[in-house]
This record gives sequence, C-alpha cells and structure tokens, in this order.
Amino acid sequence: MSALLEARDVHVAYGRVEAVRGVSLSLPAGQIVTVIGPNGAGKTTLLAALAGLLPSRGQVIYDGRDLAGTDVEDRVEAGLCLVPESRELFADMSVEDNLLLGGWRMRRDKAAIASGFAEVYERFPRLAERRRQLAGTLSGGERQMLALGRALMGKPRLLMLDEPSLGLAPLIVREIFHTIADLRGTGVSILLVEQNARAALESADYGYVLETGEITLSGPADELLHDPRVAATYLGGHT
Amino acid sequence: MLLAQDGIATGAIYALVALGIVLVFLVTRVIFVPFGDLVAYASLSLAALEENRRPGLIWLVLLLAGLAFLTEALTLLRAGHARLLPRAVLLYLLLPALPCAVAYVITPMDVPDLLRIVVTLALVLPTAPLLYRIAFRPIADAPVLVLLIVAVVVHFAMTGIALLCFGPEGARPRPLTGAIFEIGDIIVSGQTLLMLGAAVAASIGLLVFFARTLTGRALRATAINRVGARIVGIRPGEAGTTAFLLAALLAGLSGLLIGPVTTLVYDSGFVIGLKSFVGAIIGGLVSYPGAALGAVAIGLLESFTAFYDSAFKEVVVFAGLVPVLIIRSLLQGQAVEDAEEEL
Repeated sequence: MSALLEARDVHVAYGRVEAVRGVSLSLPAGQIVTVIGPNGAGKTTLLAALAGLLPSRGQVIYDGRDLAGTDVEDRVEAGLCLVPESRELFADMSVEDNLLLGGWRMRRDKAAIASGFAEVYERFPRLAERRRQLAGTLSGGERQMLALGRALMGKPRLLMLDEPSLGLAPLIVREIFHTIADLRGTGVSILLVEQNARAALESADYGYVLETGEITLSGPADELLHDPRVAATYLGGHT
Repeated sequence: MLLAQDGIATGAIYALVALGIVLVFLVTRVIFVPFGDLVAYASLSLAALEENRRPGLIWLVLLLAGLAFLTEALTLLRAGHARLLPRAVLLYLLLPALPCAVAYVITPMDVPDLLRIVVTLALVLPTAPLLYRIAFRPIADAPVLVLLIVAVVVHFAMTGIALLCFGPEGARPRPLTGAIFEIGDIIVSGQTLLMLGAAVAASIGLLVFFARTLTGRALRATAINRVGARIVGIRPGEAGTTAFLLAALLAGLSGLLIGPVTTLVYDSGFVIGLKSFVGAIIGGLVSYPGAALGAVAIGLLESFTAFYDSAFKEVVVFAGLVPVLIIRSLLQGQAVEDAEEEL
C-alpha cells in the first residue's frame, strides 16, 4: 500500500533549540497512525510543521507530492487538515458560521457544503442543537466536537488531530475516539497525536513513540500496546 | 438647527471613513493613517476630470502598481514560484492599469458626469490594496505598533508623491445634485441627504456583508483568529486585500461626497482621517456602529465649536479625545486585562 503522507528526516527548530530532530514516519492511506509520547516531546511541534504552520527541514511527501515551499493554505486545499490542540475556533461567531468556514475549501461546491452540514450534525447532534450559539460559549467537549466538525466540513483526505482528548471528561473522550474510529471507516486517513496512549493505540493501526524530539520506538499498534517498555512508561504499568 | 444639520452631514462623512479604518484594523491590525489621503485624492480627481484635466491619481496608481508588482515578483521568484508570475502581472499591473487607461482616454472628452464618478471610484479602488501589498503584507505578523509606524511613514511618503501628482492647488468638484428640499422651516440640500444616505447605506451594506456572505464571514474569522482562519484555508493576505479594497471604496465615496462641500488640497485628507480615527476610537476601534456614532458625534462637536470660534474647532475635537480615552480605560480596564490573561 502506498503512503499518503511520508515524512523523511524532519527537523523543526525554535531558534537554536531543535524540538524535533530527524523524525521519519509514514502513514498508509486509509489508516490511523498515532504518535504518542510525554509532554514536551515535540508532538505538537511535529504536527504544526507537517501542517505548514512552522518551517521545517527535511522532506514531507503528501500524496506523491513534495510539500516543500507550500504553505498551510495550499496543504488545506489539498485535503491535509489540522485540528490543533488549541482548537483555534472563531469564538465570536456562531457554531454554524464556524462550520461554514470549515468548508472554505469546498466553497464553490454548494452540494458538498450541504452534505457536510448534514454529516456533521448527524455525527454531533449537540452541535445542531447549539448551531446559533457563539463558539466561545461552548463547553470544552463541545468545542472539541466543533473543531473536529469544522475540519470535517472541508472533506479532508488526511486529518491531523492534536490531543483531541485533552482536558475532556472520560465519557466525551470515548465519544471522540468512537468518532475517530468511525471516520477511518469512511476512508479518511488520520494522524493522531495523543498523551492518552492506551486509547490512541487501541484505535490506531500503527504507532510511533516520540521522546525528546526523536522516534524511540515504532510498530503495529497492538504490538506497542503489549510492549513492556510502552506499558511501563505510558500505560500505567498494567496491560 | 442648521449647525446640527451641518454637523450630522460632516459626521456622516467621518462615519464612512471611520468604518473603513475599523474594517482595516480588525482584519489586518493596521491603523491605516493614509486612509484620509484617499478621500482627498477622490475629490481632487473628480474635480480634475470635470475640468478636463488628467488627474494626478493616474500616475500615482501606475507608480504603486509598478512597485507592488516588483514586490510580488521578487517574493514569488525567491520562493521559486515563477509559474505564478503571469497571475501577478494580471493582478498587480493590468487590473490597476485599466481604470488609469480609461481615465486617460476620457479626460479630454465630454462624457456624462456619472461615468466620471465611476472612473474616479475605479481609480481610488486599487490604491489601498496596492499600498497593502507594498508596505504591510511583508510584515503582516509584526506588532501593532510597528504596523502603525509604517502606516505613518506611508502617509508621509504619499503626501510627497501626492504633491507631485496633484500640485498644490485645491479643487472642488461640482455638487452631485443641486436639489434643495424644504421640510417645514428646515432647508436641506440634496448633497446633505446624499451624504447621510451614503453613510446609512454603507453601514447597512457592511452589516449584511459581514453577517450574510461567505467572504464577509471569512474576513470576520480572520479578524477573530488568524491561525484558525489559516487552518481552514483562508489566506489572511487575501482577506487583508479585500478589507483594503472595501476601505478604498468607502474612502472614494466619502471623497466624492465631501468634495463639493469643502475645498480639499493634496494633503487635507490627513485631518479628515485623523478626526474619523478619533470617532473610531470613541467607538473602541472594534465596533462598526460605535465608530459610526462616534464619528457623527465628532461632526456635531466640530460644527458647534466652529460656529462659536472657528479657531478652536480642531482644538476642541482633539481635546475631546482625552476625557473619552480616560472614561474608556476606566470602563474597560478590567476587560482588557482579562483578555490579555487569556492570551
């Protein structure tokens, strides 16, 4: 199977400090690949660089095309969408307007926008109830749903999720992971960055462990789940 | 009563300009100091066309277009996107040159006034987006203060170039309408009504634009959250260009409307811009209705002080800013601190 996204020896630096040092990873089309690791390992930095928000060295190939010299908007246009940890919603606009703008990539296709709305509202009925409400007044879980829904409006081919479970109640975390598994079924490829290693590995096909900017371990998700080193550090010691 | 009427009419013009200032500030965080200059350019150009002289704005626009194209071409070449060059030629050279060519051709001809007005507007339109491309887009992420300083520099540069293009003489275009209405004891000129109407129409138009159209929403989104806008694929640069284009339209309109009432010279736009800015500040620089109301208040204040002692009219207007700022900071101090903590 050919890789939809392939990163080769990617370095990202803040000034002189290298936060990501020579990371290579590959994401086969239609799969969920997760990057787990402790706080400050460079996970968010890596995603931001792949999305084009941060400059990086090394090669990033998406759908057979080298992404060098393309910016965030070009990548979104190609269907590579990021849902950042900070959500970055339009707080003073309604839920519906947030979703509508999420469909910016599809703006010339009225039917795609309409079907996007239908799909998102079906997936997250809570958003449909609150469609007139301002995004800034939503609860944490609803904000994450909106961030996810906004990205889905653009009909992404590759969705990059940064800590989608961060700060959410366990019940909502389950719901979010359920949605992620569900999206895989619709053909969306997903690159998932998580601190909640168990949930991430349980829904992913393949996993990478990122520590202090370097990949220290990788393998099929269920192997990692039973790897003693991963279990000791990230799964709380009991498998 | 006459004073109030005059004040509201002037205030309506300030309101149009203030709307443009707020619009540009919200989307790009630039306090666009040269904005008032565009008002004067519109008025001077229309006057020139009416007297069958070639307006200096033609040369100004061509100069800006050339500079903007060079900036764009250099950026593209450095990023290795040479294939996008033809698009840059179209956007930054041909499109701005179009109204210039039309204006050049119709100058000696006897054409309907309406055509002259349209051509004048079309000449003013490209100036703001071109200035944005040259001066502000390369530093779009700079702090507000840096953007402000650059805006001041652009203003002074523009004043110099405008003197070259327009010459030192003032000019006054013919009123758009000579109609006079009598309502009871009050005599209202058609021009005053036009000014009011334009201000109201522009405010409503902007309101509808931002609430109903996708482009309007995209501009708002860019103003609220630049990163959020980028990750859904909205380019802040393009949003900025749209904002500057709309602002130029507002400036052009106000220039056409105020021209027949006050004689403007090449640099008198600055004071108009400054007073509108004061109006926008009264509105907090973030609210369109606030800015419009503030601008009308400035117009009234100016009209009444001018009647009692015209020497003091500017003094009172700008001195009025001080208590407003104090009250605002007292009222808003808490909110601002909260906002900073969130960042």
